[in-house]
Amino acid sequence: MNLLRLSLNLLRRDWRAGEWRVLLLALVLAVGSLATVGLFADRVRQALQQQAQSLIGADLRITSTRPFSPAYRKAAEARGLQVVQSRTFPSMVAHGEQVSLSEIQAVEKGYPLRGEIEIDDGSVHVAQAIPARGTVWADERLLRRLDVQAGDEVGIGARRFAVAAIVVKDIDQSIGFSSFAPRVLMNDADLASTGLLQQGSRLSYRLMIAGDAVQVKMLRAELEPGLSGNEKMEDVRDARPEIRTALERAEHFLGLAALTAAILAGAAMALAARRFVLRHLDGCAVMRCLGAQQGQVLWLFLYQFILLGVVAVLLGGLLGYATQSVLVESIAAMRNASLPQPGVLPLLKAAASGFALLLGFAFLPLLQLRRVSPLRVLRREMGSPEVSGWLIYGLAVAVLALLFLWHAGSLKLGLAVLGGLLAGLLVFGWLAWLLLHGLARNSFYFQSQWRHAFNNLARHGRSAAVQVVALSLGGMALLVLTLVRADLLEAWQGKLPPDTPNRFVVNIQSDQVQPVRDFFARQSLPSPELQPMVRGRLVAINDRAVSGDSYPDPRARGLVEREFNLSYMEQMPSWNELVSGKWWEKNGAGELSVEEGIAKTLGIHMGDTLTYDVAGSSFTAKVTSLRKVQWDSMRVNFFVIATPELLQDFPASYLSSFYLPTDRVRAGDELSRAFPNILLIDTGAVIAQVRGIMDQIAQTVSAVFLFTLLTGLAVLYAALLATQDERSHEAAILRTLGADSRYLRRLHLTEFAVLGGLSGLFAAAGAVLLGWVLARFVLEIPYQANLSVWLIGVLGGIAVVMLAGWLATRKLLLRPPLRILAAD
Amino acid sequence: MAVIVQATGLTKQVMSGDSPLVILHDVSFEVEAGESLAIIGASGSGKSTLLGLLAGLDMPSGGSVRLNDTDLFSLDEDGRARLRGELAGFVFQSFQLLPALNALENVMLPLELAGTKDARQRAVDSLQQVGLSARAHHLPKHLSGGEQQRVALARAFVTRPRILFADEPTGNLDAATGAQVIELMLELNRAQGTTLILVTHDEALARRCSKQLRLAAGKVQAGSH
Repeated sequence: MNLLRLSLNLLRRDWRAGEWRVLLLALVLAVGSLATVGLFADRVRQALQQQAQSLIGADLRITSTRPFSPAYRKAAEARGLQVVQSRTFPSMVAHGEQVSLSEIQAVEKGYPLRGEIEIDDGSVHVAQAIPARGTVWADERLLRRLDVQAGDEVGIGARRFAVAAIVVKDIDQSIGFSSFAPRVLMNDADLASTGLLQQGSRLSYRLMIAGDAVQVKMLRAELEPGLSGNEKMEDVRDARPEIRTALERAEHFLGLAALTAAILAGAAMALAARRFVLRHLDGCAVMRCLGAQQGQVLWLFLYQFILLGVVAVLLGGLLGYATQSVLVESIAAMRNASLPQPGVLPLLKAAASGFALLLGFAFLPLLQLRRVSPLRVLRREMGSPEVSGWLIYGLAVAVLALLFLWHAGSLKLGLAVLGGLLAGLLVFGWLAWLLLHGLARNSFYFQSQWRHAFNNLARHGRSAAVQVVALSLGGMALLVLTLVRADLLEAWQGKLPPDTPNRFVVNIQSDQVQPVRDFFARQSLPSPELQPMVRGRLVAINDRAVSGDSYPDPRARGLVEREFNLSYMEQMPSWNELVSGKWWEKNGAGELSVEEGIAKTLGIHMGDTLTYDVAGSSFTAKVTSLRKVQWDSMRVNFFVIATPELLQDFPASYLSSFYLPTDRVRAGDELSRAFPNILLIDTGAVIAQVRGIMDQIAQTVSAVFLFTLLTGLAVLYAALLATQDERSHEAAILRTLGADSRYLRRLHLTEFAVLGGLSGLFAAAGAVLLGWVLARFVLEIPYQANLSVWLIGVLGGIAVVMLAGWLATRKLLLRPPLRILAAD
Repeated sequence: MAVIVQATGLTKQVMSGDSPLVILHDVSFEVEAGESLAIIGASGSGKSTLLGLLAGLDMPSGGSVRLNDTDLFSLDEDGRARLRGELAGFVFQSFQLLPALNALENVMLPLELAGTKDARQRAVDSLQQVGLSARAHHLPKHLSGGEQQRVALARAFVTRPRILFADEPTGNLDAATGAQVIELMLELNRAQGTTLILVTHDEALARRCSKQLRLAAGKVQAGSH
């Protein structure tokens, strides 16, 4: 207990020495930065989850082309879960002479289980029930296409229904684009009377389940293995993959940005811990002399570090919470979305990371204090006890590696960034050491104070190299914040340019290809790129028959049991990227190109032969390339593309995506009217959502980099502090030998200029490298480094370090030398 | 009287470049409880090295030291620290007060390390003995050199050590202040019956000790006891 009190007493007195402030500041910023990102991402994730739940109208949804076994409903109800069923089918809806292909959904009482449907039946409000019998609710697209007003009657099958309301905000849409047709909601009790329930009707059944999350999860686990090939289970994880991809990327990017702050914090902490150790060597030697055992000395400081950790984590957590609140408030879209409050998990994660940083960067230097020789009380010139450098750096690297893997969410990404970073730091450190020694060796060409400065830097080669590396990290963060970030975000947002396709058009028959092109020409819209689509089932890989039973993975099973959408073309779509193999030559024959994700799921490799069954006849071809597909490109993508000669003789339908300006919506309606069998799918909402996430992320990135910037300044402060005692002592000796303030100032400024210049150079190199890594692996965009990064890096480095150095050392020149020497 | 400090064949040798450098050579002597021993000699004669070895602050190349009948170098680092905590007090030329602690806290330090319960009261009493109770809450940097050394004396005697090791205690003080500090130290020494081992340049001070050990080039000069 006495030890604890003594420890706190020492901490209280030591506070003014500066190292504690650096340690605390660095740790608060690191935890704050990680907490901001964690809490923010958690809120966005929760909001998306809610949106996704409302998108499927339930927590879990099973769809099927056949009626469900009653066992499903029983199993769900046995778990205390709510269940409703709906039946959906495509049908023509008629009004006068006009007809439009629509998706009719017949729903039971209680629908929807999650989310809300907004209707306009004279006033806009949330629907409290399902459509009354004899009435339907229709979406606005259908009304537009059929020229129908609310209250009019429409014909569905053999029955006429009054349109009782317009659906303003819909939910429970299919995932994928098979049912992006206008929707009509009706009461399930009316379905039989339409006469559309006949043999061969394309009915799709949906069983919607909601309730306690754990029970839902257990139900999924219970039912999923027994699903038949035509049954599909979806939960929120499967909903909106394009938005999920955007969010995951953003999370990785933000996570890495937050870690930059953590690394910088580590550097600042390591510098501060080093000075802390140097300043406490004498005190520890005295205590050892007075009977303190090694364990006592260690605990004396451990208490302080634990307290520091607790305080920093609390402050950092508060800072993170406050920052994300401000962020959410400052982004209009989020402010209005009434985001749910974040969970406590991100805070715990940030706190654990904070303690890990403390352990990795400050703990081992502390161990040195434990081993201080008591003889130091008689011989002050004795150095500090050495702790194995491998151990110190090894622990720091191990901690960073774990943090990276934890926060980057991907082993590959985490290792790539960390490996690159560490290699960069080692190379920069080594280069800095070489350059400083090179300058010192050639210093006789220079004036006395330059010579003196170079020699000083070379004399402290190792610590000067460490300073350069630490300052480079700070500088790198600054450059990434200012220059690289703008380039990256621009390029990233450029992935979804304003003319990103916002409509898919599918089910165009071969004989409609030219008329559709003519329609586009008449409407003065750019001619669409129509892709042929042939449906086929994968029946063998390398002549070995495959079926659903070949795969334990339900996704793989579903893929094999269903028909694939195959396409054929001469040229690879420009938004696809070849990852292995070679795209076929013109007039290539018998070749297939497979999307890498599905190849992995189905165990397909380069060189395998695949056999497909298309409309009763089959073909076999070799996989000659694997492609990476940008699923969030809003363009038509295919899992498998074949050479034209393989598929062109099979019956095909065509599909395309195109951009329809908002003021030309009518053209879309006319297209539907002119070709009633064609499905026109509006993806504008999805694009708007992805773009919204990008904008939100861009603002969050700025906030997170602000942390990085502040931590960079903490590194600068720590680096200057680390050498302040030595500089002060040296200045006092030089002054007693007759050096005037001007000489000393110029000496210091020269040193700072060299340190700043080198740091700036390396910072620019690091920023370019980091920019490339982020562009290539995180955002998956091309990156062109801006030349100004180098110029601003070097000049900025010199200016900032000189200014900070001058501010930090100017007081040294004002203190009488004797006072400094006496204090030493 | 019982022998409290016994050095036998103490030798310390270090490597200087490629060749060995002998700092202490075969030093043997005994000090009985309550005696005072002055170790004198020119700079570099090995005085401080000998003191460091006697207090177990350093390891010898050969020989042994027994403190209160315990073989110092058969103990590990922590064992020697524990023995120092139990037996010894220290006064140094450069005072060696912890700059972050005030005078009272500095005096309390060895008691707190030993887990003594009434540390505060004993430290207050000890400061009073050296005449500094009014300066108890001052930080070392706000005390004069003489005051700092008196705090160091209070810290050394607060544990009621059986042996006091003093390394040039007046080396950083002017003559008058030095003399006051020496008087105080000898007085406390007498009052507590402490054994004193003192390293000094000062022949007059050495003569006030009951024994003198004169070192030259690491060897004990004949007839110096």
